[in-house]
Amino acid sequence: MEIQCKTSKEISGMGHPMKRKEDARFIQGHGRYIDDIKLPGMLYMDIVRSPYAYAKIKSINAEKALAIPGVLAVITGKDLEKYGLHWMPTIMSDTQMVLPTDTVMYQAQEVAAVIATERYIAADGADAVEVEYEPMKPIVDPHTSLDKDAPLLRPDKPGKTDNHIWHWEVGDREATDELFNKAEVTVKEQIYVPRIHVASIETCGCVADYDKIENKLTMFMTTQAPHAIRTVIALVAGHVGLTEEKIRVISPDIGGGFGGKVPVYPGYVIAIAVSFLVGKPVKWIEDRSENLQADSFARDYHMTCELAADKNGRIQGLRIKTLADHGYTDAAANPSKFPAGMYSIVTGSYDFQTAFTEMDAVYTNKPPGGVAYRCSFRVTEAVHAIERMVDRLALEVKKDPAELRMENFIKKEQFPYKSALGWEYDSGDYHAALKKAMDIIGYDELRKEQAEKRKEGKLMGIGISSFTEIVGAGPSRHFDILGLKMFDSCEIRVHPTGKAIARFGTKSQGQGHETTYAQIIAEELGIPAEHIQVEEGDTDTAPYGLGTYASRSTPVAGAAAAKAARKLRDKARKIAAYLMEVSEEDLEWEPGKFSVKGAPEKSKTIQEIVFAAYTNHPLGMEAGFEAVHYYDPPNLTFPFGSYICVVDIDNKTGEIKIRRFVAVDDCGNIINPMIVEGQIHGGLTQGLAPAMYEEFIYDEDGNLLNGTLMDYLVPTAVESPHWETDRTITPSPHHPIGAKGVGESPTVGAPPAIANAIVDALSHLGVTHLDIPITPFKVWKVLKEKGAAG
Amino acid sequence: MSKKSITLKANGAEHNVIVEPRLLLVHLIREVLNLTGTHIGCDTSNCGACTILLNGKSVKSCTLFAVQANGKEITTIEGLAQGGQLHPLQEGFKECHGLQCGFCTPGMIMRSCELLANNPDPTEEEIRWGISGNLCRCTGYNNIVKAVQYAANKMKGEAVTA
Repeated sequence: MEIQCKTSKEISGMGHPMKRKEDARFIQGHGRYIDDIKLPGMLYMDIVRSPYAYAKIKSINAEKALAIPGVLAVITGKDLEKYGLHWMPTIMSDTQMVLPTDTVMYQAQEVAAVIATERYIAADGADAVEVEYEPMKPIVDPHTSLDKDAPLLRPDKPGKTDNHIWHWEVGDREATDELFNKAEVTVKEQIYVPRIHVASIETCGCVADYDKIENKLTMFMTTQAPHAIRTVIALVAGHVGLTEEKIRVISPDIGGGFGGKVPVYPGYVIAIAVSFLVGKPVKWIEDRSENLQADSFARDYHMTCELAADKNGRIQGLRIKTLADHGYTDAAANPSKFPAGMYSIVTGSYDFQTAFTEMDAVYTNKPPGGVAYRCSFRVTEAVHAIERMVDRLALEVKKDPAELRMENFIKKEQFPYKSALGWEYDSGDYHAALKKAMDIIGYDELRKEQAEKRKEGKLMGIGISSFTEIVGAGPSRHFDILGLKMFDSCEIRVHPTGKAIARFGTKSQGQGHETTYAQIIAEELGIPAEHIQVEEGDTDTAPYGLGTYASRSTPVAGAAAAKAARKLRDKARKIAAYLMEVSEEDLEWEPGKFSVKGAPEKSKTIQEIVFAAYTNHPLGMEAGFEAVHYYDPPNLTFPFGSYICVVDIDNKTGEIKIRRFVAVDDCGNIINPMIVEGQIHGGLTQGLAPAMYEEFIYDEDGNLLNGTLMDYLVPTAVESPHWETDRTITPSPHHPIGAKGVGESPTVGAPPAIANAIVDALSHLGVTHLDIPITPFKVWKVLKEKGAAG
Repeated sequence: MSKKSITLKANGAEHNVIVEPRLLLVHLIREVLNLTGTHIGCDTSNCGACTILLNGKSVKSCTLFAVQANGKEITTIEGLAQGGQLHPLQEGFKECHGLQCGFCTPGMIMRSCELLANNPDPTEEEIRWGISGNLCRCTGYNNIVKAVQYAANKMKGEAVTA
């Protein structure tokens, strides 16, 4: 679909495939990531971690470590306890140890920290710390967590008598049960979406720099939400004198986030505590194994899914019961009123009469987490459930899955659409997206080919996923994190010569904000994007915001940019009227200038107007040309798309080859098509990853068996197919520039497309479901079982 | 631990440094030579973020000791642009949107340098296998392949488009 640009290429407002402004430094090795920061007198920290999933700490002996020249200190939970810093709150208002005083709760948990003058010496020191443990039998399988004889994992929580964290439910239980009792057709599957890890190529780390003279902490940190972190530090450490005006959080260039850089990890807190005590900068950088083994996981939902329909496949009801494994504490990264995130988008793109979903979260002896992995608050789990179940129904009623979808989609004219679980979808045209994907891939021909192949005993499958996303948290009446409302912000300062700097409360981790935000402002003000410098990530200079995750930057901060720019355009109109001695109503705007209606030769460019704001502004008007806007969205945005995947499977080895993958995405109006396409490519590979490769595997003692990149399989360029992308454009009716988020749509939409294709290839053998990741071995076992292995 | 004196050339400049024998080459590059464009993304030689050229061959500098570079010549991302002119690969990555967070980019570019030196006209399949020792978590690889093709064409003197 062609994009209509309102601005010239020189201005490069919305719709232009402008090359990225940030690239110059990255392609020349001049990015500034956390580990590139080096301060005079800087100390290094390394962490001693538990080899056990559940154990009592009998003793910690630091003697040998302290004997190493250059090792300055070994910090334990008992040391932090003296300052009341051995516990911290999680985002979900649970509590988490910074360092343990007596018990470790998961493998790779932080046990002690070693401070040294050099990186290698700190690592030597960590090796030399002797910890004596008394191992206990851990809870690994969440299904046993609520057993009567299960050990109570959180005796630290007053009144806690079992390992249940919360129960959450939404929808009409009674109506749904009644509907299922009467339904002509029901289908049911157990679907597991496994525990995975974002594994951004840069791990986490920080440099905590406390200046004793100024009583000021500068915290360089890999964080996707610098302002929220500043407030959290002030809340946690205010009692030792670190108040919020004395804390500056700087998030430098970030080497990928994907949600993994939202939480506060113990390492950050220990580094701050040590810097505060010794008055020197302290650097802590995780290695990859620590990052995989201890940092927040994603997913880990065990879902029992049921779908009810009439005999023709008209979808009627949905019922899902989920068990969520949260590990040792509830450290999920969700808005506070949404313990299961946006899981209730689970009715997806379909018009349901009624639905009910409930969930129970439990503690186990695994690392805490529940972050996104490039998914907007548990949407991936929801989309996987509904898209697998729709295929399951198609199989049951013997209908083509594309046809079944077309018959059950919410229709274009039903928007804004109120879903059975309470969301108001802003806009959509699901039929158009699926039709486009089918046309591009040649769906009908592929079905014919599949029928032929089956006759020859060859395995080929076609999988569809028609997902609905929910992004842009969010309206402040519903959405907050630790009480902080989820608005976001933009401040624009235009200099006298017409060039600008704009600052935001968000933080890019590769999304290209330095380019796309500049394009939004260019669209609104007509100042070339090239001349708009975008800055994020420094809490001393940027306006307050909640950060970048859950595809919220464009829906929220992008809207703030447009709104702030429009305030400036209103001021520009006043100045232009004054300069040309006409009334404001007599002026018309085109990108970059105001001209007099009916006398287009009489005009003032935005640059002339801005110059006048500093040199010749009207009497009674404030001088200068600056604006700030804090945007509180009226609703979320609902991007969507249809993906089709074609696989060929080798019946001798189970090897799965993705022959083609077509992704048609709709994220509303597009700011930069090059960047949008890049976001989709990347998200698709991160959707492929859990569909076929990635899963954390624990043994019965709670040992993580694949905690390095050697055996946790992040897809390379060889596994990743050549993605084919296209688009439809259905603007968001409530967003100032009609845009929706996009970064996570493909991660959300791709796994069921791939799983559906593989199950489709095996469906004639009686296969109705396979849990992801679907590996060749898993497929080979099924083929063997069904007597179909070659 | 007795220290060793080594001499090496980095991006054309000669360095004589005294190092611990256990010092990894990547740490020499980043922390002694202050060339922080070379990154570290794993501890098992899987991610390739630390890829540099050692005597013209791409190597993962986290898998070598600094002393193994004694008497040799290394090129890092900082040494690629010549006389203010970007290398065709650097240009290709920008023009084709072959990077997002930029963390894997220096390693990808350095690896692709050798790939193109050995095979000036690679197919898509050859590029994908050629960079399969380098992980990217952002781009989904489509545009990295395109960037390498762009550079290949440019280096052959052909007209290029993103």
